[in-house]
Amino acid sequence: MVEFRYRTDEVTEQPSVTLDAFLDQSNATAVRLEPDDDARALIPFLDRLTLIEVAFPKFRDGRGYSAARILREAKYQGELRAQGDVLVDQIAFMRRCGFDSFAPESSLNPDAVARALAHYEYAYQRAADAVEPSWKLRHG
Amino acid sequence: MYKYDHYDQAMVDARVAEFRDQINRRIAGEMTEDQFKPLRLMNGLYLQLHAYMLRVAIPYGTLDSRQMRMLAHIARTYDRDYGHFTTRQNIQYNWIKLEDCADILEELATVEMHAIQTSGNCIRNISSDPYAGAAADEVTDPRPWAELLRQWSTFHSEFSYLPRKFKIAVIASPEDRAAMRLHDIGLELIRQDGALGARVFVGGGMGRTPMIAPEINPFVKAGDLLSYLEACLRVYNRYGRRDNIYKARIKILIHEIGADAYRRQVAAEFAHVKTFGIDPPLAELERINAFFAPPAYDAPDVEPDRTDPNFAVWLDQNVKPHKQTGYAIVNISLKPLGGIPGDATSAQIDVMADLAEKYSFDELRVTHAQNIVLPYVAKSDLYAVWHALRDAALADANLDLISDIIACPGLDYCSLANARSIPVAQKIATRFADMDRQRDLGELKLKISGCINACGHHHAGHIGILGVDKKGVENYQLTFGGSGAEDVSIGKIIGPGFDEDGVVDAVEKATEVYKELRQGNERFLDTYRRVGLEPFKQAIYG
Repeated sequence: MVEFRYRTDEVTEQPSVTLDAFLDQSNATAVRLEPDDDARALIPFLDRLTLIEVAFPKFRDGRGYSAARILREAKYQGELRAQGDVLVDQIAFMRRCGFDSFAPESSLNPDAVARALAHYEYAYQRAADAVEPSWKLRHG
Repeated sequence: MYKYDHYDQAMVDARVAEFRDQINRRIAGEMTEDQFKPLRLMNGLYLQLHAYMLRVAIPYGTLDSRQMRMLAHIARTYDRDYGHFTTRQNIQYNWIKLEDCADILEELATVEMHAIQTSGNCIRNISSDPYAGAAADEVTDPRPWAELLRQWSTFHSEFSYLPRKFKIAVIASPEDRAAMRLHDIGLELIRQDGALGARVFVGGGMGRTPMIAPEINPFVKAGDLLSYLEACLRVYNRYGRRDNIYKARIKILIHEIGADAYRRQVAAEFAHVKTFGIDPPLAELERINAFFAPPAYDAPDVEPDRTDPNFAVWLDQNVKPHKQTGYAIVNISLKPLGGIPGDATSAQIDVMADLAEKYSFDELRVTHAQNIVLPYVAKSDLYAVWHALRDAALADANLDLISDIIACPGLDYCSLANARSIPVAQKIATRFADMDRQRDLGELKLKISGCINACGHHHAGHIGILGVDKKGVENYQLTFGGSGAEDVSIGKIIGPGFDEDGVVDAVEKATEVYKELRQGNERFLDTYRRVGLEPFKQAIYG
């Protein structure tokens, strides 16, 4: 269940299909990526997708962060959802990688999530969000 | 030295507050140990055999007297009055209480220090040449690049849940004083047609599967370096093995797919990543460079008075040439006879801080061999420095000799260890206590690990010792022929293992074979490489 969503458009009602199923019958508009799936396989279809759900079966498995970056770098504009073992202390990095909705398996405290997201005012690197890296702030 | 600005300080302060909150949630039971573990590890906090161990980062092994005094203060206030300098140029405290941890980090933040990413499956503290800025053979000072990498790798949102830990070293000299090619990524800064760039080596490491990093790119332009590293890491994050913790380091990925395939994947990723403006502008490098401008050298070109024979011995062994006339590089050995390699008491740490402030333009370095360096000492001050070191029991003249042993904490502290390392180091140092004998043996790098994870760098030892558990009894395997320097190599096991005293005897026999067979100025390593294992084996196993 989506607990946190940082978008204003309508939530997609269509259930997401697996990457293999999507590549077989690509009229679906929502797809689910497992950690083993290659996010780049979706690049030809990004303009018709409204939801990409990235599975985190274990929070320690960080492949989904790269999947998110790759999709946003390819100019995917739709909803990018992190689903599964998503913990409060991961959400800020996930947001930086381009995730804009979260469906954690175990419910998270909204105050704790808000605190975690507001905690770091600056970042050292450019990522998929709008935050300017500190070197950009230093030199304009 | 680099100084934090508003942004750097804000990030470290935010981290302290965040970790304080995480510790409180853990203590309150809102988080399981399993959930807390990766968070505490990313803050350098391990749960060891007897207590929590806190590893504090010393970025590229460089620190000033104020920071050094803070390390002494932490040891005195929160630990048992000593700290342990590590092979990754950091410091560890072995007896830390969880509830003190946030206070310690808060104190460290007041002197621009932290424990960020000193553990966990993320990019660890960047290591570098301890002689940076002082070595005559460097093409540029590697520290500004190490600082740039520190910032780039800190709180990297994509690379904080990698398959496994990730270590980067950057050097800028043909002589390798940082075991560069035994890192996940080793960078050697070079000039090509006047332009600065880096040779990039990827996939080295020790551990249970030691590998020397192959060259993945002979020259990456300085202005492309961060994008290139981003590409290296992304390929690893996506395709590194996650099914088996022992096969999760990048060296295994590169070994399995081959350096050529990895190189191609990185090239494709780099072409893509380079378009996203990840590399900072030249102005940022210039800003960082300015902090590492050479100090105001003003010492006369005089040679120290060698009439005191003990001083002369120390001078010959522990003091190295400097690129600036009138100056020298002083190595402070943390390997006193019978001591614990890398340990220093709070009082000794304070003495070293005082000496740095008074005699070394306020700067110290930590070396991967677990010693301390005063990088800018006027030759006219060397005698005074030696006197002060001697008064603090820090003047052992054994740099690079057989008693300058790297040893991991071993079974005395570590929850992973199979055998003790420290007592073996002590016994070997004691066996060779006669300094004339040590000097006669010359450069002989002996390294001891208490388990297969190889924190004591035994694979890179001219003589390496690996402690294993053999049916409940500590057993020590010997390896010969390793090197962590520019002539990098992995040592080979010579035969069946020994008990604690047996391994000391075997080391002694090996040195006797060397003395018989050496030619000219050959080091132990050179003789071994020339004659091979057989004569050593015969002497040791009969």
